[in-house]
Amino acid sequence: MIAYIVRRFLYAMPILIGVNLITFLLFFTVNPPDDMARLYLGNKHIKQEQIDSWKAEHGYDKPLFYNTDGLGVEKFTDTIFVDKSLSLFVFDFGRSDAGRDISYDISQRMWPSLAIAVPTLIVGLLCNITFALLIAFFRASYIDYWGVILCVMMMSVSGLFYIIGGQFLIGKLLHLVPISGYSPGTDAIKFLVLPVIIGVISGIGGGTRFYRTLFLEEMGKDYVRTARAKGLSERTVLFKHVLRNALIPILTGVVVVLPSLFMGSLILESFFAIPGLGSYTIDAIRGQDFAIVRSMVFLGAFLYIIGLLLTDISYTLADPRVRLS
Amino acid sequence: MNLHFLLTDYLIWFLVVVSVFYAVYVSRHEYLLAPWRQVLHSHVGAATGVVLAAYVCIGLLDSVHYYPTVQADSPEGGVVVSTELLSVFDVIVTPMRTQVETTYSKPFALHSFSKKTLELDGGGQVRSYPRLKYAGSHLGAEDSAAPCADILWKGFTGALYGLDAWLVLLILLCLIRARGAPLEFLQQLKNTLLKSSALRTASLVTLLLFLIVGATYYLSGYYHVWGTDKVGYDVFYITLKSIRTGLVIGTLTTLVMLPLALILGMSAGYFKGWVDDVVQYLYTTLNSIPGILLIAAAVLMLDVYMYNHADQFTSVIERADWRLFFICLILGITNWTGLCRLLRAETLKLREMDYVNAATAFGVRNRTILIRHLLPNVMHLVLISIVLDFSGLVLAEAVLSYVGIGVDPTTHSWGNMINSARLEMAREPMVWWALTSSFIAMFILVLCANLFTDVVRDAFDPRLRERT
Repeated sequence: MIAYIVRRFLYAMPILIGVNLITFLLFFTVNPPDDMARLYLGNKHIKQEQIDSWKAEHGYDKPLFYNTDGLGVEKFTDTIFVDKSLSLFVFDFGRSDAGRDISYDISQRMWPSLAIAVPTLIVGLLCNITFALLIAFFRASYIDYWGVILCVMMMSVSGLFYIIGGQFLIGKLLHLVPISGYSPGTDAIKFLVLPVIIGVISGIGGGTRFYRTLFLEEMGKDYVRTARAKGLSERTVLFKHVLRNALIPILTGVVVVLPSLFMGSLILESFFAIPGLGSYTIDAIRGQDFAIVRSMVFLGAFLYIIGLLLTDISYTLADPRVRLS
Repeated sequence: MNLHFLLTDYLIWFLVVVSVFYAVYVSRHEYLLAPWRQVLHSHVGAATGVVLAAYVCIGLLDSVHYYPTVQADSPEGGVVVSTELLSVFDVIVTPMRTQVETTYSKPFALHSFSKKTLELDGGGQVRSYPRLKYAGSHLGAEDSAAPCADILWKGFTGALYGLDAWLVLLILLCLIRARGAPLEFLQQLKNTLLKSSALRTASLVTLLLFLIVGATYYLSGYYHVWGTDKVGYDVFYITLKSIRTGLVIGTLTTLVMLPLALILGMSAGYFKGWVDDVVQYLYTTLNSIPGILLIAAAVLMLDVYMYNHADQFTSVIERADWRLFFICLILGITNWTGLCRLLRAETLKLREMDYVNAATAFGVRNRTILIRHLLPNVMHLVLISIVLDFSGLVLAEAVLSYVGIGVDPTTHSWGNMINSARLEMAREPMVWWALTSSFIAMFILVLCANLFTDVVRDAFDPRLRERT
């Protein structure tokens, strides 16, 4: 098992290196640092000295890959690539273009993100599975037909409308919870209720439809027919046999997103002004802070790869038929 | 008049030409015709198909741009053309486009939404809601107090025009189907209207569309059907203009990346070995970067490039168009991996088939096997993924524009409308019409696309049909 995990981890390394290289090429060679400086300083008729000083201040004044002035190994290590890109591998995110410590920001903003993402995931999963089972129970009836149509309709509404509609209805009309904001501690609950509800509702359409297909697929299998042939009631078949077997693909599907929960939800957080990593990223995009966006791209890819790894492991744990290979 | 096609215009018309060729090809091959017939013979497929066709019509009309002539023969000789780029659609809705008020007004309102200090004729000032310049300007003083009757009457007249157009279309269609024989014509008419079939569904949906279009189009010459926005532009006009942006992003994105996905996916599945390894590595790497972050990074770089090379873009509209194209490209890069993986798996399966073995035994070249024998057999996957991605991409555009990495702020798009509507929601009293208008237009398009997709997928992928 451990050998397997180590091997899978080694497989993941080239992918991380690839991600690193792509972001580096995107951020430093498509536009040279001079252009970035010009955009950041925001003046067309800017002097070269100002650009140079901005670059020196932010550590962009070195050559990209190969430093001719360096000695020995420094020819390769004293470059932007090593400074800004390879350092991400040891989670040294450095400073943002505005001068903030990115690692500190991430460690602070991770928790509000999790506070929204985890309840949304759990409640959403429960809701989706319940509705999907209900629809599957009444399959090939009007409930099934209209249920699926309702799902498609809910899928067709942009997530932005759910947020705007929810804020308007619950926050502005009914005054049940504050429209947006955040405070640490137990006070946070009243700020978190609305985003979680909206997050769950916006996911119900797609989720329910997907799980319904999963359940129906499972119901076509031989063991279900056997169970029915033994004279078990439809309810027992559905909850004892189908649900348990269908949980394997459902849970392994959830495992892949678990690590990414740290990143939070971009849109939800920025609409509700919650100081998580999602709104951090959006602010960075809007403020054109390249260092933060670069770190987030790497962090996101890293967490996704961890998720893939966990999925593989959980598959082998949940389903003994899957062999480690 | 001086025709001037933008980059995305060319690509859209290229797509139209390809679709026409595909349609001709399909009509000559029974095995391709059967699934399409199944799509069009289902009630849902026919109804949503009609609505989608209406959207596509507006999008296509909006994709023929030209500089209108200002003066036919100027003293210096030659023709003077305007600097403003218009589309054919702009000309059709000229009243909506040109009747620009000063600020917000509610749907069908005659007065502005906010108070303003007005100069009275006899001297002195009064704070009141100023009369709109264009909306309801045909009304007399007593009608202005209660324009309801006039609105209903105008709407009814417009709907009647729509009904006329529909009747003409219906009769023409039946005449063509009956090939001019009078008795057969009546039979066709009866079939179209009375027999429960997909044709009746389609014609009823068409009737509904014609009534709505007729009424709103007629009304839009006299009122602002969906009100006006902050700077007085007609909201309905902006909503309709946004259709093109949505369609461009929904279709061109897949088109742009299609060659790459096809070539890489199929060669990975066919050649296996190191080609497969490289392609798999490529798409796993791209896939592991969260889509929206990759798009954000790429668009930020695009911003830097455009900021520093402003001279390469001759006009604002040209620049906005390039940006639209780049967003399609970037969205494509994050989206092609799914299709590529599907194609690879399917090719892996197909290459073991007897007919491929036979072709190899005959000494047919690899390239010919790929193009002649394998490509036609994976085309249904391509088709499904094009329609499947469409609705997701239309929704993605709105999110991207909200984040600030979407289309140019000067481009009319639903994302931009929602974005500006957010601030309007906070106003007291609330400005709700821009948001509802974009919501309805977007919802109808995405819903129809989703339902249509289901029908297409059922028809083209029998494996799925058996399963459910």
